[in-house]
Amino acid sequence: MNEKLIVSTSPHIQTSYGTRKLMGNVLIALIPAVVAATWIFGIRALILIAISTCSAMLFEHLWCMVTKQNTTIFDLSAAITGVLLALTLPVGVPLYVPIVGTFFAIIVAKCLFGGLGNNFMNPALAGRAFLLASYSLPMTTWAKPFYYKTGAVDVVTGATPLKLLKAGEALEVSYIDLFLGNMGGCMGEVCALALVIGFIYLLVRRIIQPHATLAYVATVALLGWLFGYQGFMTGDPVTSVLTGGVLLGGIFMLTDYTTTPTTSLGQIISGILAGALTIFIRVKGGYPEGVCYSILFVNILAPQIDKLVIPKKYGA
Amino acid sequence: MIRTFKGGFHPEEHKHLTESKAIVSLAPPKEVVIPMSQHIGAPCKPLVGVGDIVTMGQKIGEPTGFVSVPVHASVSGKVIAVENRPHTGLGTCMAVVIENDFCDTVAETVKPVDVDKLSAKELIEAIKEAGIVGMGGATFPTHIKLSPPEGKQADCVILNGAECEPFLTADHRVMLERPKDVIDGLKIMMKILDVKKGYIAIEDNKKDAYRLTKEECKAEADICVMLVKTKYPQGSEKQLIDSVLRREVKSGQLPIDAGVVVQNVASAAQIAVSLRQSGMPLVSRVVTVSGSGVETPQNFLVRIGTPLSHLAEAVGVKEGIKKVLAGGPMMGVAQYTLDAPVIKGTSGLLFFTEKEYHHYEPQSCLRCGRCVQHCPMRLMPFMIMANAELNNLDEAVKYGLKDCMECGTCSYICPSRRHLVQTIRVAKSQLPK
Repeated sequence: MNEKLIVSTSPHIQTSYGTRKLMGNVLIALIPAVVAATWIFGIRALILIAISTCSAMLFEHLWCMVTKQNTTIFDLSAAITGVLLALTLPVGVPLYVPIVGTFFAIIVAKCLFGGLGNNFMNPALAGRAFLLASYSLPMTTWAKPFYYKTGAVDVVTGATPLKLLKAGEALEVSYIDLFLGNMGGCMGEVCALALVIGFIYLLVRRIIQPHATLAYVATVALLGWLFGYQGFMTGDPVTSVLTGGVLLGGIFMLTDYTTTPTTSLGQIISGILAGALTIFIRVKGGYPEGVCYSILFVNILAPQIDKLVIPKKYGA
Repeated sequence: MIRTFKGGFHPEEHKHLTESKAIVSLAPPKEVVIPMSQHIGAPCKPLVGVGDIVTMGQKIGEPTGFVSVPVHASVSGKVIAVENRPHTGLGTCMAVVIENDFCDTVAETVKPVDVDKLSAKELIEAIKEAGIVGMGGATFPTHIKLSPPEGKQADCVILNGAECEPFLTADHRVMLERPKDVIDGLKIMMKILDVKKGYIAIEDNKKDAYRLTKEECKAEADICVMLVKTKYPQGSEKQLIDSVLRREVKSGQLPIDAGVVVQNVASAAQIAVSLRQSGMPLVSRVVTVSGSGVETPQNFLVRIGTPLSHLAEAVGVKEGIKKVLAGGPMMGVAQYTLDAPVIKGTSGLLFFTEKEYHHYEPQSCLRCGRCVQHCPMRLMPFMIMANAELNNLDEAVKYGLKDCMECGTCSYICPSRRHLVQTIRVAKSQLPK
């Protein structure tokens, strides 16, 4: 044995679950949502998702080139941002909209703050918030599900359940339709089934913890029932959860590593806070939907929650 | 229900390489190097000089402090040097080098004691004189754990048969091949501590050892053989106490404060040998030699002081070795030379090639919280590290700097490959004493 030996302190082995493998698993968990979006809103949905994903990775690569760093696109976090941002868009937006959105998400919200791990807001949601402010009409023009099956070339618009509810109208969609995604809305948020499949996959592979998501969904259901549009205890908990971006945000954004508290209790707190804020914006705010802003708000609180919620140590 | 603790992780075990291989007695080398420090605590003072003739089992190092045990010659022969030599844990250490005469002449002092007649105090003295330490790797002197300070009383003894480090199968083989010794050692310790309850905790990846030990304990009403979940760091004292008894040792305290004494299974078997059987002190131990860099992985019974190179020759080492470890991959020490000898705590010798050794560049913390979720002490490693890097030691203590036992779970689990436990170790050394 003539080799020079490597000497370092223990441990001498490491998990095979590096960042790329974790992020790759999140991408796999997003496949059902992408498939559902394409099924419900047609091939245009897939094109938008592809543009968004490619532009997100391209922006990150360009940033790394300009700042003379090794490229970080292979950690796949930019790809997740791209897919997630696309899933929060209506299918009718112009094709350049996701490019603008990913520019803001990747360059402004992520890279300017130091890249993966140092961003203080979820990049995809920051990008969506920017788009909602900049392109408010296309960002709130919703397509009818399966419009492409009628032979229509242009996107046929329709209202989202939340918009109808906010306007005080009755909702004539069954729970089954709500669960399967037969309603208007953002591309990735309508099909609860696909999102739940992704959630279960992430839990089984132990990529995320369930606390934040469950606390969020439970809070939205409870407060959605208590504070209905027609007064106290007039809401419907199931509709509250199945409409809008509750599941998409709760499963894929509220569990985003960097912007979520690290302790179980901290995650529950962030879920409850976000849930309360979601319902508050829905019922009292100017927008029919409050998922995006509520999650962005608790993102900012995450580091503080980690400082305040310290687990009880062994033997303490 | 298999018992366990909260946190930790299940690594790839790699135990199949050696778990079914019976212990082979390795022929002693021409020359043994016996370090004067083979335990936690004060090093020994050499009792012999160059040219002295020594016999096997003869005391050649005298303890110099309270936390210390003597060391003994593991072969008979002539002392050819008393000098600093490489050491698996300390870099270098004063050692007595003995040229083996291959006669294994046993010292006159080597004889068993009458276990049933001796008082607890005399038994403790006999264990100390036999040089017995924690053979799982920590090498804490066994007799000290068996002599609780005034006012403290143990109510049970736990034998640690977890062997949670990947690759290592030395304790597993001892439990399979010498179950009676293990149980006898436990009974002697229970007698010394005057406790009515003994536990033998075995991880559920060693069901054969569990079944055998349980079978052997059929008539022992006081001994409970228990399966614990295969998980690192199950073999850590505090975690094992939690798993077996659902008790927590308070921060800054010792297991005895929770009424428990934890001892390694191989140490128990050694007590049976040194006190009741041949009377031979601790001069040999079982070492697992394994890893992808080894031709024929083995469990060897090795004389203390055998150079690591002697073990390497016995198993055949392949090309392309990257790392050599004394101990397991989670807590073991990387070696820079094979000239260092096997000591009382050397549970394994691992040869890692590229298959096990990966170099990763650390990335920014993702704040994913995996270190928090897996920390067996329920600390916040990433917050300790972040504050330690800024030299905010007071803040780091808040997140658990002082409570860290340096098991390395955080560094293993980190997807960003950050040097968590390594940074924490440095910060701990900077804490005011």
